[in-house]
Amino acid sequence: MIELVLPALLVGLLLAAIAGPLGCFVVWSRMAYFGDTLAHSALLGIALGFLFDLNLSIGVIAVSSCIALALTVLQGQRFIASDTLLGIMAHGTLALGLVLVSLMETVRLDLLGLLFGDLLATGFNDLYWVLGLVLVIGVTLYFIWTPLLNIAVNQELAQAESVPVGRVRLLFMLLLASVVAIGMKVVGALLITAMLIIPAAAARKLANTPEQMALMASLVGMAAVAAGLALSWQADTPAGPSIVLCASLAFLIIFSFARRKDA
Amino acid sequence: MTQSTLVELQNVGLDFKNRRVLHQISFNVYPKQILTIIGPNGAGKSCLLKVILGLYPPSRGTCVQAPGLRIGYMPQKLAVDPSLPLSVERFLTLTNQGDSAPLDEVLRRVGARGLRKNAVQSLSGGEFQRVLLARALLRKPDLLVLDEPAQGVDLQGQQALYHLLAELRDEQGFAILMVSHDLHFVMAQTDQVLCLNQHVCCSGTAESVSQHPEYLSLFSNKEVEDIAVYTHNHDHHHDLHGHVVADDHDHKQHGHEHHGHEHHGTGGCRHD
Repeated sequence: MIELVLPALLVGLLLAAIAGPLGCFVVWSRMAYFGDTLAHSALLGIALGFLFDLNLSIGVIAVSSCIALALTVLQGQRFIASDTLLGIMAHGTLALGLVLVSLMETVRLDLLGLLFGDLLATGFNDLYWVLGLVLVIGVTLYFIWTPLLNIAVNQELAQAESVPVGRVRLLFMLLLASVVAIGMKVVGALLITAMLIIPAAAARKLANTPEQMALMASLVGMAAVAAGLALSWQADTPAGPSIVLCASLAFLIIFSFARRKDA
Repeated sequence: MTQSTLVELQNVGLDFKNRRVLHQISFNVYPKQILTIIGPNGAGKSCLLKVILGLYPPSRGTCVQAPGLRIGYMPQKLAVDPSLPLSVERFLTLTNQGDSAPLDEVLRRVGARGLRKNAVQSLSGGEFQRVLLARALLRKPDLLVLDEPAQGVDLQGQQALYHLLAELRDEQGFAILMVSHDLHFVMAQTDQVLCLNQHVCCSGTAESVSQHPEYLSLFSNKEVEDIAVYTHNHDHHHDLHGHVVADDHDHKQHGHEHHGHEHHGTGGCRHD
């Protein structure tokens, strides 16, 4: 029995561990909707991966990265507000992904699994690439931490103080796209943003420094994964939504009862 | 570019979506110089600062910084998202890692010593401004760039700020480049005033307030030491579209008189 749940649990814990600090930056920079758009486009990545016979995770990372680049370019225009633009991209790519998936005759994809995750189907082979990817994301994040924090505080000030804003932001978006690829496995396209922002928001009241908040976000997320999987196992509920539900409960409890720290 | 120039602008022009924001701007910033850029709203002052800071590439002309130039930038205002737990101390050391000894000293100088452990979001506008100045100073700049430092500060505060800036400039020897929307009051120690309205309307030294009895009567002597009046001396006028009109009989044909700076600038830099 443990062999069945163990890879799922470890993959989930790895996702939560890395989504903690990345999610903090998403919250600090008010990029929740941006993350959502990347996540929704992941379904298109899966569909294209099947069409071109690629590794599905590489398909997801490639499509998410392209969307991130396109959004960066398009946000320079001033005809459409950026939240409208994000909405168009999120739902446009999601719809295209769904249509492509339904057109594929040779493979029958589990649509619910793509939208809400199919964590219990993960095996040890998944665990290895997730572990590798999380290590790469973690090391990259470590090296761009300070410039990224400077940009989160104020982009123009950072730029004036010769932080390479363009390059650091681009790297951050690639990291987000990679997390989306892992998140597809665990919670599915529609719930990935939840794993980024809910633990980070819950950690706000538990932290005095950005680093504390990142660490607490990881811990809250990991606790949610463990509790969600237990719920899923006991009550036979879908794993992804169970995890997100537990994270939301954790947020509610912390937000209601923790006293906000000053600073 | 000569050795002794910090920033050299040559015929700098800037366009936003085919709208001319800056036109034919040439001047140099020299070490230890205090340069004040004044101009009406929408004159392109903030845009010019951003070109000098390297945030916007000029559409025409060149803006060259001396190699290795260290700029301390104090933005007009800065909003840090409340979800980011950040103390003043951490904010100050974000781009200035090093020993914490100068931190106390700099905070004391700008009058923000007690704020070290406070969250940046809990500061008032004036407090945050002092912290922003401290952050700019901690970079040990060759050039201090200030965007509307007197904005939202009362006359007393403005005077104290100018006094402090002059003192620090004398001690540390950096140059100061600041922008002010106030057309008539500039820092007394200003070496050069540059009046901007998309192009450089006029530039020169600030005259002593003592020559202007009407202003003199408004303030006590102490305040007068730190604030001076700059008298505009243009050799041209603007028509309603902001175009330059030579200062001769010509412009009367357009059927209206011009009074200095009453022309409208078209848009400025967005502060978002």
